[in-house]
Amino acid sequence: MSPVVQLRDIRRTYRNGELEVHAVRGISLEIHAGEFIAIMGASGSGKSTLMNTLGCLDRPTSGSYLLDGVDVASLDREARADLRNQKLGFVFQGFNLLPRTSALENVELPMLYAQNRVSSTEMKRRAMAALGIVGLAQRADHLPSQLSGGQQQRVAIARALVNEPRLLLADEPTGNLDSKTSVEVMGVFQRLNEQGITIVMVTHELDIAQYCKRILVVRDGLVVRDEPVTGRLIAAEELKKLLGAEAAAQLTSAPFGAK
Amino acid sequence: MRLLATTIIALRALRRNKLRSALTALGIIIGVGAVITMVSIGNGAKAQVEAQVASLGRNVITILPGSATTAGARGGQGSANTLTVDDALAIQREVSGAVAVSPELRQGAQVLGNGLNWRTSVHGVAPEFTAIRAWPLAEGRLFTDAELRSAAKVAVIGTTVAKQLFPDVDPLGQNIRINNVPFQVVGVLSPKGFNFFGQDQDDCVHLPYTSFMSRVFRWRNTVNNIIVEAPSAAAMPRLQQEIADLLQQRRGGREPDFTVRNQLELAQTATETSRTMTALLGAIAGVSLLVGGIGIMNIMLVSVTERTREIGIRLAIGAHDRDIRLQFLIEAMILSMIGGAIGVLGGIGLAQTLSNLNGWPVLVSTSSITLAVGFSAFVGVAFGFYPAHKAAKLDPIDALRFE
Ligand SMILES: Nc1ncnc2c1ncn2[C@@H]1O[C@H](COP(=O)(O)OP(=O)(O)O)[C@@H](O)[C@H]1O
Ligand SMILES: [Mg+2]
Repeated sequence: MSPVVQLRDIRRTYRNGELEVHAVRGISLEIHAGEFIAIMGASGSGKSTLMNTLGCLDRPTSGSYLLDGVDVASLDREARADLRNQKLGFVFQGFNLLPRTSALENVELPMLYAQNRVSSTEMKRRAMAALGIVGLAQRADHLPSQLSGGQQQRVAIARALVNEPRLLLADEPTGNLDSKTSVEVMGVFQRLNEQGITIVMVTHELDIAQYCKRILVVRDGLVVRDEPVTGRLIAAEELKKLLGAEAAAQLTSAPFGAK
Repeated sequence: MRLLATTIIALRALRRNKLRSALTALGIIIGVGAVITMVSIGNGAKAQVEAQVASLGRNVITILPGSATTAGARGGQGSANTLTVDDALAIQREVSGAVAVSPELRQGAQVLGNGLNWRTSVHGVAPEFTAIRAWPLAEGRLFTDAELRSAAKVAVIGTTVAKQLFPDVDPLGQNIRINNVPFQVVGVLSPKGFNFFGQDQDDCVHLPYTSFMSRVFRWRNTVNNIIVEAPSAAAMPRLQQEIADLLQQRRGGREPDFTVRNQLELAQTATETSRTMTALLGAIAGVSLLVGGIGIMNIMLVSVTERTREIGIRLAIGAHDRDIRLQFLIEAMILSMIGGAIGVLGGIGLAQTLSNLNGWPVLVSTSSITLAVGFSAFVGVAFGFYPAHKAAKLDPIDALRFE
């Protein structure tokens, strides 16, 4: 089976006037269907630049990128937009939800830009299903400002999912979340991955990377390590442990709370 | 084109930013409303002036005493009592082109009648004045040539005097006293309204000039002015010349002590004035439109930061450039349409209200509506659309990073 992603010697140089920043300096990589990859590395090592390239949000300075066997560089703006819409789902660190817009309408957005538009009832049904997957069906009509960070991130994940992408990309999806919420989000990713969606995510926390299947370490714009995860964590179990610990903490504090 | 989907997107975006939408529409409402109100009032005023000019009578030549056109330092126009009834009679006799001639004499007086009294303007005229002034009677009759010759004690009154002295009696056949001389009311003039100077033209009593001079005010021979009706506008310059020649001839070698004017000049001046007024109102309206436009522009430009990030989000999840452009175009058009409609209705409503309050006529012109709505729509679309057009060309990641 051909890989979902094939990167060959990808480079990306930012130019700020005189100054040149080589953010990515020749990365070659293959990602196969069903993989769940964590990209790790220090801040400024080029992780986001790599993700934006994978997500077709940015164009590399040189190198070739085949997505599902199609050379992305040969596509025009509109074709790349359609690619983002149909084959890619992107989850940003900063959520990037439309403000003052309900969770449901945020999730419907990719369907409104789809080439084959479905009826508005079908659109709503699919959006509700996606919200159900991330456990937010009850919050469909909430505005982002009425949701916690973890819930907003889950809405963003539902939005990335709703067009059933081949590849789900997430740039530090847990970067703004507390540890319990992070585990919840990783649980969502693990379930999606089990359903066959290929996932690439960036994190700088090793324990979060332990929920993935493969870890890539990036330094100064190059992949310096590429290895499978040993001792993989299962989010559902970890969550149970966390809840247990919480309950225990509550028990011990009960005498102070009770009268 | 994903027209339907984009319309949904645009409507959602408008709903999401109610305050911004309302402020943008408000800019358009103010601009459009102001233009329509101002121009309506200006046009109404112009129409009223034109109506008043017409009501002065068509093709009327007026001869005023005093102040000749060639004079150096002399008294103002009308300061001399140099125009006489004989001049009027001479014009009637000798200028063949004159359709009708009447002297006009005016003096204020207290008029008594029906146990009431009222100060009004008393006019001495020939019966031809109704024809010259295009001022028919509402009821009763005019005094006759015989009554003019015999200086009969008959009067024709304006509607204001009729209302003041005979509020609940038919004035016809009633007696009024002017300077203690009794007159019988034989006719009531049709209402004529106010003149340019805001004077109530219906506040008057008209007597045969003979009666005015010999019975009431004891004027010797002088008149305030003479009015002459010309057969057509084209005939006026020649008639004016003939009259001037005749009057000069009657004065021998003396310097001319009269002015012959025609109604056209007056009409032109009046129309000129009202046109200036319309232009002034138009300028004020233009400023309002500009202010409204700047308001729209400000709101649109201020929202660019937020909207560029929004555009970044949309591009990131697969919007095409033209989806973005179409969305912003639809948004701007909806706001322009709603704002324009409210502005048009509000402007017409305000103009109507002002006209009801002040008794001004109001003429809503389609050209002002077109202009105002067009300009506002242009501003809304230009400033709503242009930044979006630029942002839509960015790479998604650059739009998302936009600060
Ligand atoms: N738009 C940009 N313009 C200039 N330099 C940039 C830009 N984006 C990132 N960089 C630089 O590229 C390098 C890699 O950045 P990034 O990919 O964001 O790293 P990471 O996500 O691993 O923290 C950094 O040195 C950063 O300063
Ligand atoms: Mg980063």
